[in-house]
Amino acid sequence: MNLHEYQSKEILSLHGVAVPQGGVAETPEQARQWWEKLGCDVVLKAQIHAGGRGKAGGIRIATTPQKVEDAARDLLGSRIATPQTGAGGLPVHRLLVEEKVAIERQFYLSLTLDRDAGCYCLVASATGGIDIEKTAAKTPERIWRQRIDPCLGLRPFQARQAALFLGLRGQFCEEAVILMGNLYHLFLEQDCFQLEINPLVLTRGGRLLVLDAKINLDDNALFRHPRRQALFDESQLDPLEVQARRCDIAYIKMSGTIGCLVNGAGLAMATLDMLQECGGQPANFLDVGGGASREKIAEAFRILLQDQDVKGVFVNIFGGIMHCDLVAQGIVDAVGVDCPWPIVVRMAGARVAEGKALLAASGLKVICSDGLEEGVSRMVTLLSLPVSE
Amino acid sequence: MAILINRDSRIVVQGLGRSGLLHARSCREYGSAIVAGVTPGKGGSAVDGIPVFDTVTEAIRGQGATVSMIFVPPPTAADAILEAADAGIELAVCITEGIPVRDMVQVRRALQGGTMRLIGPNCPGVITPGQCKVGIMPGVIHRPGSVGVVSRSGTLTYEAVQQLSDAGLGQSTCVGIGGDPIIGTGFIEILQMFNEDPATESVFLIGEIGGNAEEQAAVWIQRHMRKPVAAFIAGVTAPSGKQMGHAGAIISGDKGLAGDKIATLKACGVQVATSPARMAEALLNALTP
Repeated sequence: MNLHEYQSKEILSLHGVAVPQGGVAETPEQARQWWEKLGCDVVLKAQIHAGGRGKAGGIRIATTPQKVEDAARDLLGSRIATPQTGAGGLPVHRLLVEEKVAIERQFYLSLTLDRDAGCYCLVASATGGIDIEKTAAKTPERIWRQRIDPCLGLRPFQARQAALFLGLRGQFCEEAVILMGNLYHLFLEQDCFQLEINPLVLTRGGRLLVLDAKINLDDNALFRHPRRQALFDESQLDPLEVQARRCDIAYIKMSGTIGCLVNGAGLAMATLDMLQECGGQPANFLDVGGGASREKIAEAFRILLQDQDVKGVFVNIFGGIMHCDLVAQGIVDAVGVDCPWPIVVRMAGARVAEGKALLAASGLKVICSDGLEEGVSRMVTLLSLPVSE
Repeated sequence: MAILINRDSRIVVQGLGRSGLLHARSCREYGSAIVAGVTPGKGGSAVDGIPVFDTVTEAIRGQGATVSMIFVPPPTAADAILEAADAGIELAVCITEGIPVRDMVQVRRALQGGTMRLIGPNCPGVITPGQCKVGIMPGVIHRPGSVGVVSRSGTLTYEAVQQLSDAGLGQSTCVGIGGDPIIGTGFIEILQMFNEDPATESVFLIGEIGGNAEEQAAVWIQRHMRKPVAAFIAGVTAPSGKQMGHAGAIISGDKGLAGDKIATLKACGVQVATSPARMAEALLNALTP
């Protein structure tokens, strides 16, 4: 679960990490009020769940109250498209209005999971404000990595080595050690999946500040943070993704026309691969999960049918725990006889004969297929035919 | 012979709730020796003829359990794994999906240097066809034979196994290592076991986007594997930055791409199936000299 920058900074601030002065504005008037409160030039930052805002015009500097209002009016209610959002962009409902700071130097700092070692890892670079992955690929010597033993935590001597690597000396080095310690505690306490500070800056005035922060929380730890769900901004997701999220269905909207319903994440990914290999374009990734109920299958199917882009539905089920006849019932529950789109169902495994019989008896125009390859090619062929009345 | 489990395995089920009991029954029907259940507070009772204990230690003392199958829900699953290790279980297979990463970081550290092997979490389990099933996979699709199967996935593994069985390629042992970013046992450790197992003559590996375990496995195969290996990687067309169902299945930046995994596997001499409908075919190709 991604947090907005302003939410991340609120958490950082609570844990003693310094961030620029400022706050959230939902109207141009509120933005102006922040300018009055701060009494200096301000930066207005569109709050969306995607990087690359600056280049897309989502970050503005304003020097007068009128310019603050104008910029806010321009940004609020607009949609910002960056390479990370897709063409439609994401809606801006909130701005973070902050004091503009004079930057002396900037750094990159993150805490992330080292999957190889099975532990958390501190990553630092003296080239802040940049694409860390590109830096890591081109000039790995400019990246500092410190694996953290979960029994010992991030030790001060390790943080000091990282700070010195960044070129922070004397008083700034010790300040950075404290900052990194705070970050690590926050990371554990909040069950973060990833915490990225890009950039951390040393201001001309000699302050060490988090200028931008991105926190990604571990969804699996929600049970330890019961109020956290309220932090999630559903406007940053496709409405169908929101609906799926509420039903606990793994769903990702894509750009094609073939709605896909599959059980199991690996099989779902493989199904999308196969459709594209055969010249079809999937409209979504959807994994109903291992032990889905008839109701959940029906709900998943309804989500597919609500998608305006969908022109056909492909169901791929390998029955194990989940029996094929239950899947068939779910489909019958969700699909009306007037469904205009072709539906191809490929089922294998437990109770497949019963499932097919149910679909056949339903009167729905459902095409059943035994083989995976056969099913995929029938789906793609059906969609490539000219529409006839 | 086989790896990890066989007909002598004595299984305790941690978390004998609705789902745990359903699968315990199915494992027992398959022929697995389900000798005990552990549900704190229910010690001394029995469910379906399975004696229930309060702790794993008691289950070992009373029933000689050697393997644990864990269905404990996410909030207490990490504790269940640690309890199994502390009690002296040899192999724990954790089916539970949704354990927080922070908990698994601690578990992984705590298991270091110990004797218990952990498979999973978030996995379908392990099956040695004809002998023993510790997991949630449909037993009927498996046939005893000589192909070792190792996978990060669930239903995609069933798909592969069905194809293998249909092609007359039985399996020695099938291991689902799990779809989480932190798991107890990785590809390489399972490949090592298959390499040493006289009953295994070839291996089918199923990977997916996220991390670089497949690339590391490929390099290991090239250096050490004495048996033919074929593979399939899911997610060639997966978008970047999106978590594709499994917690571990995410392309971050340009890392974890299926294309890179396939290229590395091929460069290391592994036959890679071009389609999930042709997994058995890829293994047959690998078996043809």
